[in-house]
Amino acid sequence: MSSLLSAPSALREDALRRLKREMWARAVKLGLRSWVGWRRGFTSKADPQRSGRVTAEVIEHLERLALVDFGSLEAVARLEKAIAFADRLRAVDTDGVEPMESVLEDRCLYLRSDNVVEGNCAEELLQNAHRVVEEYFVAPPGNISLPKQDEQEPFSHI
Amino acid sequence: MLKGYVPPYNATVVQKLLDKGAVLMGKTNLDEFAMGSGSTDGVFGPVKNPWSYSKQYREKRKQKAHGENEDSNWLITGGSSGGSAAAVAAFTCFAALGSDTGGSTRNPAAHCGVVGFKPSYGLVSRHGLIPLVNSMDVPGILTRCVDDAAIVLGMLAGHDPKDSTTIQDPVKPFTLPTSADVNKLCIGIPKEYLAPELSSEVRSFWSKAANLFESEGAKVIEVSLPHTSYSIVCYHVLCTSEVASNMARFDGLEYGHRCDINVSTEAMYAATRREGFNDVVRGRILSGNFFLLKENYENYFIKAQKVRRLIANDFVNVFNSGVDVLLTPTTLSEAVPYLEFIKEDNRTRSAQDDIFTQAVNMAGLPAVSVPVALSNQGLPIGLQFIGRAFCDQQLLKIAKWFEKQVQFPVIQLQELMDDCSSDFEIEKLSSVSLKQ
Repeated sequence: MSSLLSAPSALREDALRRLKREMWARAVKLGLRSWVGWRRGFTSKADPQRSGRVTAEVIEHLERLALVDFGSLEAVARLEKAIAFADRLRAVDTDGVEPMESVLEDRCLYLRSDNVVEGNCAEELLQNAHRVVEEYFVAPPGNISLPKQDEQEPFSHI
Repeated sequence: MLKGYVPPYNATVVQKLLDKGAVLMGKTNLDEFAMGSGSTDGVFGPVKNPWSYSKQYREKRKQKAHGENEDSNWLITGGSSGGSAAAVAAFTCFAALGSDTGGSTRNPAAHCGVVGFKPSYGLVSRHGLIPLVNSMDVPGILTRCVDDAAIVLGMLAGHDPKDSTTIQDPVKPFTLPTSADVNKLCIGIPKEYLAPELSSEVRSFWSKAANLFESEGAKVIEVSLPHTSYSIVCYHVLCTSEVASNMARFDGLEYGHRCDINVSTEAMYAATRREGFNDVVRGRILSGNFFLLKENYENYFIKAQKVRRLIANDFVNVFNSGVDVLLTPTTLSEAVPYLEFIKEDNRTRSAQDDIFTQAVNMAGLPAVSVPVALSNQGLPIGLQFIGRAFCDQQLLKIAKWFEKQVQFPVIQLQELMDDCSSDFEIEKLSSVSLKQ
């Protein structure tokens, strides 16, 4: 990743484009075709019974924020029901009421002194991770956001 | 998501029990990430209620259905700590720990005929409890009798430097007296809890319990918690919002499941979380993210927090008016068959089943579900007592007295009955207190 960042910008863009294509190729190979398919299907057929609060933009936005996908139209319908359920709160009069964050708000939070009293268990912690190199957790390259729906070209570059 | 994960440390509540000599027998099944009210959505499959196999239930069923496969229509345990409740109900262990965020300890306790105790928020450490809703979670205690619950609470309660939301007041272990001075008590019956969906059997046990207290000299009055009808909605918004935040830590990088995609961190996180979470968890994360969007934050999340204050104030007002303890149902009805339960989705079921239990979590009060009697079908029904904040001892004192009055029958499972030579031995089994 660091080599990518320090390369000249033209090379970087090229590499990014390659990475994106590679990503989508891999994604299809791993069976995410259905995920892409449902998102396409979602925009092409609008369900007249849904209230329309959860638009395609909202869905994409939520999926990107949560890094969790809906996966199906039923999930979107469930979200709409959840929103409709939550709308019932509007009926409550909350003028002049302060939001409550914790039931222990009248008490002082306990803070212990900033001394190291335990730890030194790096080996144990590293054992739980799948990819580890020496004492590092290995992560894929960052700073590459999930492609937007219109940037998907899953079928043309395999 | 946590497949193959071995925790490198013990939760404080587990460590405290181990330090006192408890033997850890195992971990029990539950709804995935404690989201659900039936213990049906776990990755290891649904939990079966031991009462499905009890003599009491089987005998009632024989009168109705003929030629039916005995195992096909088994009952749910309730949730989300269903495995813990089932383990205690089936005499597998002395006590079990659960979690209680919206009733997840008390609900299965009522369905499985055991005592499910939710301590006051801040009394028992949450260090090591996978957080669902940080401002409402508590570890729950499931036992066969109130005395046992008091023993376990005595070991677990107290300040923990690793959990800064535990209160610093000193806590001592206690033994419950046998008498409760019931004639000095004021029992409140919240009228809004008389929901139309409440089954007539539960309602009748509820009013019989109220009459019992009255006949012993207690003052039993009707009270009002005006915002009750909004509490489940408020809980839904706050729960999903906090879930969206708390589940963000599961990305496959440092522990837990990790997918094979390696093109970018975001793609890896997204695929890991898709593979690792089931539909229920994903649905709640997405709902939570929706409520936390900039344009929705004020209207949903902040609004729900304000409603939470109103609900907590309702309880404060009721307790300030002289009420010592509230008596309510725990569940709408007895345990239902699994095949019927899954006809509705998880969110709908949670909204229905948590109705009596989640307001307590929002106010951080202690509550206990005590099994009362068997229904016409031979299944347990529990009632809930809600106490003042940090008056857990008094709450358990009242619960213990009540338990003694109702004499809830012991479950008659064939294996147990084969082991015990007499009915007397079976009765003794139900309250194996450490003192004996």
